[in-house]
Amino acid sequence: MFDKYGPLSFLAATVVTVFLLDAGAVADAKNFEDVRCKCICPPYRNISGNIYNRNVTQKDCTCLHVVEPMPVPGYDVEAYCLLCECKYEERSSNTIKVTIIIYLSVVGALLLYMLFLLLVDPLIRKHDPYTQPLHNEEDSEEMRPQADSGQARGNTVLERVEGAQQRWKKQVQEQRKTVFDRHKLLS
Amino acid sequence: MESEQLYQRGYCRNSYNSIASASSDEELLDGAGVIMDFHTTEDDNLLDGDATSPGSNYAMSNGGGAASSSTHLLDFLEEPIPGVGTYDDFHTIDWVREKCKDRERHRKINSKKKESAWEFTKSLYDAWSGWLVVTLTGLASGALAGLIDIAADWMNDLKEGVCLSAMWFNHEQCCWTSNETTFAERDKCPQWKSWAELILGQAEGPGSYIMNYFMYIYWALSFAFLAVCLVKVFAPYACGSGIPEIKTILSGFIIRGYLGKWTLMIKTITLVLAVASGLSLGKEGPLVHVACCCGNIFSYLFPKYSKNEAKKREVLSAASAAGVSVAFGAPIGGVLFSLEEVSYYFPLKTLWRSFFAALVAAFVLRSINPFGNSRLVLFYVEYHTPWYLFELIPFILLGVFGGLWGAFFIRANIAWCRRRKSTRFGKYPVLEVILVAAITAIVAFPNPYTRQNTSELIKELFTDCGPLETSQLCKYRSQMNGSKAFTDDPNQPAEPGVYSAMWQLCLALIFKIIMTIFTFGLKVPSGLFIPSMAIGAIAGRIVGIAVEQLAYYHHDWFLFKEWCEVGADCITPGLYAMVGAAACLGGVTRMTVSLVVIVFELTGGLEYIVPLMAAVMTSKWVGDAFGREGIYEAHIRLNGYPFLDAKEEFTHTTLAREVMRPRRNDPPLAVLTQDDLTVEELQSVINETSYNGFPVIVSKESQRLVGFALRRDITIAIENARRKQEGILLNSRVYFTQHAPSLPADSPRPLKLRSILDMSPFTVTDHTPMEIVVDIFRKLGLRQCLVTHNGIVLGIITKKNILEHLEELKQHTEPLATSWYYHKKRHPPSHGANGKPRSRVHHVQLIRSFQDGWGGGGTGSEEEEEEEEEVVCLLNGSSL
Repeated sequence: MFDKYGPLSFLAATVVTVFLLDAGAVADAKNFEDVRCKCICPPYRNISGNIYNRNVTQKDCTCLHVVEPMPVPGYDVEAYCLLCECKYEERSSNTIKVTIIIYLSVVGALLLYMLFLLLVDPLIRKHDPYTQPLHNEEDSEEMRPQADSGQARGNTVLERVEGAQQRWKKQVQEQRKTVFDRHKLLS
Repeated sequence: MESEQLYQRGYCRNSYNSIASASSDEELLDGAGVIMDFHTTEDDNLLDGDATSPGSNYAMSNGGGAASSSTHLLDFLEEPIPGVGTYDDFHTIDWVREKCKDRERHRKINSKKKESAWEFTKSLYDAWSGWLVVTLTGLASGALAGLIDIAADWMNDLKEGVCLSAMWFNHEQCCWTSNETTFAERDKCPQWKSWAELILGQAEGPGSYIMNYFMYIYWALSFAFLAVCLVKVFAPYACGSGIPEIKTILSGFIIRGYLGKWTLMIKTITLVLAVASGLSLGKEGPLVHVACCCGNIFSYLFPKYSKNEAKKREVLSAASAAGVSVAFGAPIGGVLFSLEEVSYYFPLKTLWRSFFAALVAAFVLRSINPFGNSRLVLFYVEYHTPWYLFELIPFILLGVFGGLWGAFFIRANIAWCRRRKSTRFGKYPVLEVILVAAITAIVAFPNPYTRQNTSELIKELFTDCGPLETSQLCKYRSQMNGSKAFTDDPNQPAEPGVYSAMWQLCLALIFKIIMTIFTFGLKVPSGLFIPSMAIGAIAGRIVGIAVEQLAYYHHDWFLFKEWCEVGADCITPGLYAMVGAAACLGGVTRMTVSLVVIVFELTGGLEYIVPLMAAVMTSKWVGDAFGREGIYEAHIRLNGYPFLDAKEEFTHTTLAREVMRPRRNDPPLAVLTQDDLTVEELQSVINETSYNGFPVIVSKESQRLVGFALRRDITIAIENARRKQEGILLNSRVYFTQHAPSLPADSPRPLKLRSILDMSPFTVTDHTPMEIVVDIFRKLGLRQCLVTHNGIVLGIITKKNILEHLEELKQHTEPLATSWYYHKKRHPPSHGANGKPRSRVHHVQLIRSFQDGWGGGGTGSEEEEEEEEEVVCLLNGSSL
């Protein structure tokens, strides 16, 4: 299953989840953590530089609303606020969280599968033609009737998956040969 | 309606009008002319379903003469043989044939349209599928770019520490809500713990520095190792930048699996790891590959695109635009990139689709908002300061630097890659990646400019000094002086902080230059844009600060007098960094228009177009003075991909006769006759030669040309006939004519192969200058062309022959590069079935070049066996 549908489902899952989450995140983007208005006020006269960080709406993201308490007396507020730079920022912590979780789980799954392929698989199928290279296969013949051979090889789901896996392995081995041994591509 | 006509015109221009009519023979014209119903030729008639402009008729009656369109109609009783018209791995496609096939399909759908509501829906679906597939591609590439951005940022910060309150936040996100109010403590936040703090419990001191150093190297190495392992185990095609290969694929080459599901997944995953490992590489180039994978995968959902290689390439063109669109946040730049750099065939329709795909992708990425700055890229900056005329001098100097760097980088990187390709050194890809990653990490950590993510570095260099800046680059003297607000005088004398920053930047520049040469071409996904831009940005910033200081200390010079009064803001070092980045990128890739547009979209300031143009143009001139090809063309040439560059000029005076195969001393051409071969003879011809196609002639006596049949099609057709048709024996007669030849009564049933015969092969006469032949190949995307003399077939020219010829001529003038086939002669493959090294006879290579594929382009050792065959069978009189 993993072989044939893994990448596609990965893609689909990513797209779908990112979208759903994004929609969700937009809905509750107004929650406290995901919105901030950050004002940076540089040193002015004898006041040292300060950073103000508040959760206000985009409209209110100005020095006058955010800088509290105002460190300068009333007549100087305008001059002080001219120096401050206020930036309204939004993020979606859910998107970040889910993206990282998806990413890590895919990497984890790939790692496990890689270990399986490298360590366990050769032990299981010592007799298998996996180790003997592809001399006995005719490429063009092999490539063409894929749909047929998939069905011919087995009727149960398991056998079909097995067949797909073997075909995939052969393809990867070919790619490996092209790239790493013959240096025909991508060198 | 108007747009439709416009489109038609564009298509006609790109299509093959004059030559097609010249080469189609009478029989063909009969066949095609009678049956063609003059409906619309094109597939996207959303607006005017059955209205036809006269132009389209003309184009069609001219162009519709090639193989499948006419033959399928002639033999409408026979169902098409499955598999005919597909291609083998590592073969070149025939654009002309594919385009005809598409027109044929379109015509069929259009003619059925009025039959029923269902057919009408089907035709609508067919017309819309182009837009659907680019929409899906845009959506997927935007989402994947978002994933890559977020994950790469997080993993990159993982090298330094971890966010305790929420594991999945990177440094900046972790400190999002921190309430450290004073300037001094703005970079601290309690939730973010460096590794030293976690392990040793102390944040300061030499012990923690060493601990952080160690953890940095540890993570860098493990990311790099994981990346190269995943690439090696699951998808070797996922390594590298991918742009040279995509260029080749778009020019009409088949590399199976290069744009597949596994490649997509592994490239996405390992790209994050590679970027996070701190190697001197970027994610922009690979993102183009990722987008193209998406395009390819989605095109399988639509028969219109999955079954036609030429149409698929239109989708891929749009996908590459979407890739650049999300990589740089520059939708228009992406479209222009696709047009200028990667695409081979770019009709107006593709332009609009690319535009749309870029739009969708940018929209998706924007709504994901991966950087939290409401922008698509990390290093988006906005300037509003003006520039002055005298600044063009430093800008042009930066352009010169960019050109020199580009030329140097291309030479050095190609030399290194050739070394990797040809010596034993290339046998250890994993070790190489680990080694480069280790060196990068060890050298990078002590210097703050190389330790941080390259995108962040570029951002810092682009950004002007302002109150928000904390970097060393902005430590001007007066700013430290608290009594004076810094905006009073932006051109301050530099303070020791800036000087030390200059030193660090110089070291970072040298480091980046060296490491990038060795990194590009590693067996991990590695892009070139970001490192090149970083190098240019460093150089530009250094120049900018130098000019700034010059203006400060010598403001009475005649240059500065007019513009830079004391206290006036006249030099923007960030702008210099940006111009430098554009110049270096231009020097390496030799892009011009698209690069300027990309950079201008990064900054959002129209007023900097002139400096950017000046720098990019200078860098292109300087770079071209040292070698005309950009890095992608150089890699294409290094790997020997069959890419016929449309930009290069052909200036030699050779004739078609001198280039065609067979050459003078070679055995004659292998040909088939139209009606006196048996199946057995045909099979023996196929088995004993390795050619990919055979001209079909009237008879051995007259030798006049009938058509051209492809090897793959013949094999499939015979196979198919054996299985499906009764009475086909080894001694059955094979005929390519309309009616079966008169046979003796007792002979078995003959086999008709007319449906696989291309009856309008392109022909030139033997005295055609090669200039014209090369032009025909470039503009029409031909796969092969027959050479005739008085109507008698003399030989054949394939795309590969032309490439060889160009290479030969180039060797004459500049013996610089070894191309793949010279290369191959020196290093015969030693891994045949029996493992014995084999001898190779010189002329086999030449004859084999008849084959249109790629030298030895096989996928198995079987193929290689065949490649070694030195017997070249020819059809002489006796064997007929």
